[in-house]
Amino acid sequence: MEQKYKKVAYYPGCALEGTGHSYNRSTKEVGKALGLDLVEVENWNCCGAMEVKNIDPKIQTYLSSRVMSIAANEMGFDTVMAPCNGCYHNLKKAEYDLGQDAETAEVVERLSTKAGHETYKAGQIETIHALDWIKDSLGEEGIRQRVKGGLKGLKVANYYGCMYTRPRHIFPEKDKGPGSESTLKPHYMDDLLAAAGAENVDFPLKTACCGGAHTLSDSDTSTRLVLNILRAAEASGAEVIATECPTCHSGLEMHQIRAEKKLGEKTGVKIVYFTQLLGLALGLGARQVGIHENVSDSLGFLKQKGIA
Amino acid sequence: MPIHEKSLIRPENLKTSGESLVIDGIDVSGHWSTFIQSRVVRDYDESMEQEIAALPGGEYIHRCWQCGSCTNSCTVNAINPDFNPRYWIYLIRMGMKDELLRDKDIVWQCVSCNKCTYACPRDVVPEGVMKATAHWLELKGHTAKSHSTVFDEIFSGQVIATGKIEEGRILRGFFRRTGQVLMQDWVVELVRRMIRHIPVGLLMRMGMANVLRPRTRGWGRARAALEEYVHEQEARHRKALGLDHPAE
Repeated sequence: MEQKYKKVAYYPGCALEGTGHSYNRSTKEVGKALGLDLVEVENWNCCGAMEVKNIDPKIQTYLSSRVMSIAANEMGFDTVMAPCNGCYHNLKKAEYDLGQDAETAEVVERLSTKAGHETYKAGQIETIHALDWIKDSLGEEGIRQRVKGGLKGLKVANYYGCMYTRPRHIFPEKDKGPGSESTLKPHYMDDLLAAAGAENVDFPLKTACCGGAHTLSDSDTSTRLVLNILRAAEASGAEVIATECPTCHSGLEMHQIRAEKKLGEKTGVKIVYFTQLLGLALGLGARQVGIHENVSDSLGFLKQKGIA
Repeated sequence: MPIHEKSLIRPENLKTSGESLVIDGIDVSGHWSTFIQSRVVRDYDESMEQEIAALPGGEYIHRCWQCGSCTNSCTVNAINPDFNPRYWIYLIRMGMKDELLRDKDIVWQCVSCNKCTYACPRDVVPEGVMKATAHWLELKGHTAKSHSTVFDEIFSGQVIATGKIEEGRILRGFFRRTGQVLMQDWVVELVRRMIRHIPVGLLMRMGMANVLRPRTRGWGRARAALEEYVHEQEARHRKALGLDHPAE
C-alpha cells in the first residue's frame, strides 16, 4: 500500500519566512529525515492571517482559496500541508465556507476571474497540519523505529493554541472517535513526542489563548494570557513547552520577556517547536533544526540534558 | 426575562440595607441584602441590531437565546469581567445603545480565540458579532479607531498591495501610526536575546527582506480586483449604517 502523505504540497506562509524561520527549517529537515517529500506551493500569497477577516472575511477566503487553487489546478496536488495554525485554520475555513455559502463562492469566483487564475472549488484540496502529516504518514510506531537518541524523558507541555481546534465545524475530520484528533483535548503532538521519548506532563492549558491576535495592539492582555500559560506549564512540571504555531511560539517568547520586564514575573520554561524536538530525537543537529534561533535559551538546556 | 447578573447592576442603581432604609415611602430597614432601584428605559435604538447584522460577522446575532455560553467560555472575560459578549448581544438586540456605549472602549479587545463560537449552541458566531460591534462603534464615530483596527488595516493593506507581508515593516508602521516608541525596554531585550546565537548569514537575510519586499509575482490583477471589492463593501456598509447623509 502506498504510504499516506508521502508527497504533499507545502504551504509555509509568511510567518515561516520571518519570525518562524526555525519552524520552516525544522519542518523541512524532519520531512527529509522521515523520507517525506514537500513541494512548496509556487508563488503563494498570504492566507489573510488573523487580520484580513476583520476587514472582510470573504477577502480572507479568496486569499486562502488562491493558494489551494495553485496547488490543485497548477501543480496537480490533492493535499496541502500547512505547519502554521493560522494558515491551516484559514485554508480549512475557506474550504468550509466555499462548500456551505453560495455568496462566498460567488465572490471568490468573481475575484479569481478578475485576478486571472482558475477558481478553487470546494473538495479539490485536503488541508492538513504538520501534525497530521507526520502522525498519519508514519504514526507513533514509525517514529519509534527511527528515533536515534530520543528525548530522554524530557518533560514537555504540549501547547496547541486556538486555531488548531476551533471552531469545531471547520475540522470535520476531528472528533471522530478513537484514533482521530480531539478538538477539546488534542493529542497528536503528545503522541508524536511520547513516541520520540518525551514525558508529557498533564497540562491543562493545551488550547488556551495566548492573545496572539492582539500581541502588539493590546500587549498587556497578551502578556497576562501568556504568563498564565507559562505558569501553568511550570506548575505541571514541564521543562519545555512544545509549540506547533509560529504566532503562539513567538507570542510566548515575546511575552515571557515582557512579563519579566513589565511585571517582574520571571519564568524559566523553554519554548521549542515540536518539529525541533522531533528533529533532535531523530538525530539531527541542533543547528540543523534551528535551536539557536529560539529566544528562550533552549540550546544550553538541551545540551545539558544530552538531547542536543 | 433577561439574565441580569448582580455584577451588571450599576452601583447607583443599588440600594443596600443599612440602619434605616426607606424605599417608596415604605420602611424596609433590617437585615436585607440589596434592592435594585426600579427604572424606566424609553430610548431604544431599534436600528442598532439591523446595522450590526449588516456588517461582516454580525449576520447571526438574531439567533441568540441568551444562554451565556459565550461569556462563560470567554478568554477576555476571565481577566476583565466587564467584557461580556452575552450582555452586549442582549443590549444590541434590545436597542439599549447608551448602556452599550458604557463599554465602547473594550469591545475591540476580543482576541478571536473562538471559544465562544465553539461553545455557542445557536451558531451566533459571537466572535464575529464582537468584530461587527467594534466596527459599528468606530464607523458611527462613538470611538476612535482601536489599535487593533489600525493593525488590521496596515496588515491587510500590505497583503492586498503585494500578496504577502513582511513582519518588520508591519511592526514599524504600527508603532509609528499609534505613536509608540519602538525601542521599549522589553523590545530591546527581545532583540538582544534573539540575535544572541543567530549566525550573521541569517541576520543579513532578515535585513534583506526589508529591502527586497517579499511579494507574490503577477499580483497586479488580484490587487486591482481586491481594491475594487473593498471599496464596494465600504460603500455598502456606509449605506447600511445610514452614513451617506452628511446632514445626519
